[in-house]
Amino acid sequence: MANSLLEMDDLRISFFTPAGEVKAVNGMSCALNQGEVLGIVGESGSGKSVSVTALMKLLVRPGKVVGGGIKFDGRDILAMSSKEMRGVRGKDISMIFQDPMTSLNPVFTIGNQLIETIRTHTGMPKKEAADRGVKMLAQVGINNPEKRMKQFPHELSGGMRQRVMIAMALSCSPKLLIADEPTTSLDVTIQAQILDLIKKMRDETGAAVILITHDLGIVSEICDRIMIMYAGRIVESGSVDDIYYSTAHPYTKGLLGCLPGSSKGVRAPLKAIEGNPVDLLDMPKGCGFASRCGECMKICLRENPPSFPIGEGHVSACWKHVPVNASEVRP
Amino acid sequence: MLKFVSFRLLSSLVTLFLVITATFFLMFLVPGGPFLSEKINAATLAQINKKYGLDQPVYVQYGNYLKNLVKGDLGISFKRRGYTITEIIAEKFPVSAKLGALAIICALLVGLPAGMLAATKRNTVVDRIIMAVCTLGIALPSFIVSTTLLYILGMQFKVLPVIGLETPRNYIMPVFALSLSPTCYITRLLRSSILDIQGQDYLKTARAKGLGEQVVLFKHALKNALIPVITYMGPMVAGILTGSLVIEKIFSIPGLGKYFIDSIEGRDYTLIMGTTIFFAAILIVANLIVDILYCLVDPRIKY
Repeated sequence: MANSLLEMDDLRISFFTPAGEVKAVNGMSCALNQGEVLGIVGESGSGKSVSVTALMKLLVRPGKVVGGGIKFDGRDILAMSSKEMRGVRGKDISMIFQDPMTSLNPVFTIGNQLIETIRTHTGMPKKEAADRGVKMLAQVGINNPEKRMKQFPHELSGGMRQRVMIAMALSCSPKLLIADEPTTSLDVTIQAQILDLIKKMRDETGAAVILITHDLGIVSEICDRIMIMYAGRIVESGSVDDIYYSTAHPYTKGLLGCLPGSSKGVRAPLKAIEGNPVDLLDMPKGCGFASRCGECMKICLRENPPSFPIGEGHVSACWKHVPVNASEVRP
Repeated sequence: MLKFVSFRLLSSLVTLFLVITATFFLMFLVPGGPFLSEKINAATLAQINKKYGLDQPVYVQYGNYLKNLVKGDLGISFKRRGYTITEIIAEKFPVSAKLGALAIICALLVGLPAGMLAATKRNTVVDRIIMAVCTLGIALPSFIVSTTLLYILGMQFKVLPVIGLETPRNYIMPVFALSLSPTCYITRLLRSSILDIQGQDYLKTARAKGLGEQVVLFKHALKNALIPVITYMGPMVAGILTGSLVIEKIFSIPGLGKYFIDSIEGRDYTLIMGTTIFFAAILIVANLIVDILYCLVDPRIKY
């Protein structure tokens, strides 16, 4: 992957709490190409948000990167000083968050917050930055942008605010946009609009996108590639078609089985994955999913499976997918 | 906004009326009278009472008082002969207010930076020291602080004058004693309010935008964190401007604070009423200003 924009290599993140070390991310490796849309899917506590927070170097104590590396655009993120990192945040990598209702500062106008971002990274004069801000607002489909610039966040609806967040995130033409559950707190029609907008902005600006969500329906709409996370590990990754039509990992199968309408018959009860997520304080020895897996084998309880390739760009971390000449991949 | 202010001013007239009524009748429930301590015979006492209208039933006196009040006449002092209440307040209030204003400025100048420092350095030695000093500052009564200062700096080392307000150096000790508790309170309030805000999403956004920690703190956090401090400022300003009895007594300052208590001890009815109305009016105005400040700081608050 010569032209990959982002590479994470065996990233490990822990939270050091009084109760012990919570291993939130346990060896996450992935690569992202320019202009690619990557979906990271997983349940709460699977390490999705924590890993991108580390990528922005915004982890706060007691969270800490304990191993692995992050390379963005050829630069080592983890080795950057906080001053260098400030130049990257908002300029090269931008982020939008789950709840647009609280993500904008309530006591400053939209314009103020937008212009602030632009001026921090470009040093433009105020007037020019304001023009740029108006243009960005228009681009994300906000009508009457001049008026909005003077309004406060509470005067806008949730969908509008998320649009403002996107405008703000894209105002300095970043190479990567991280969207951390951008539609979770919006209603369904607005969700679709925001997803369309993210897709449109990707096409217009060429920025790569990492979309974090726990909604498989959403990722299928706009992602090029999907990564499924469980217990701080990537259990399966591949193209949208790989994940949906050649599902490999038992956890992914379970997730897809949970979607309404996927069971036979309209009146069939919704399926659920039995059991509870693993305790990250006390990780089991083998595969994190073993205790909930219907196809669990002896080796699953003993050893954590590495990632096995099962197709072009499609990998699964499950002992079921050991290639025939297994000795080559055995750790 | 104009509508809000005029409405508030009108409703504060009702508040004032209630304060006046309650104080007036409560005052007469307390046994005693203004002239009991004077060595005069019963006939003279009756005559004096008649002269001041004190022989009439309370409700008649109340009616007369209100009538005069509407005309802007607060009456004359029973104890300080020859002075009207208005004159006493006009003479004494500026002394207390000047001292109070200095104390408020000090409290803000020290309290706000100290609170921010403690919040940014939370759980470090700096934070612990600031918090320990603040707890002490709030817990120590002002008469202990004042007398200790007076004894050490004024009597033992003789570096500061102990009485009156003649020179700027005279102000140092009383202003310190007066501002200690509000300073500490503001520090604690701002610290906890900044810490409350630390977890807010908009600060995460601000950091994710690439803003420096200074901008995040001074711009994005501070403006939100100031709201509780402003709330506290209303009653605090009113209380400090009108003078502190303890500090004015200890430093022999001829301010208004002393008269609040003296008037009650001496049953100087008109002075009790005058000082109470004056304090209530200042409190009302201070709270009104606080409400207007809210609007300026937080656009979500609209009247």
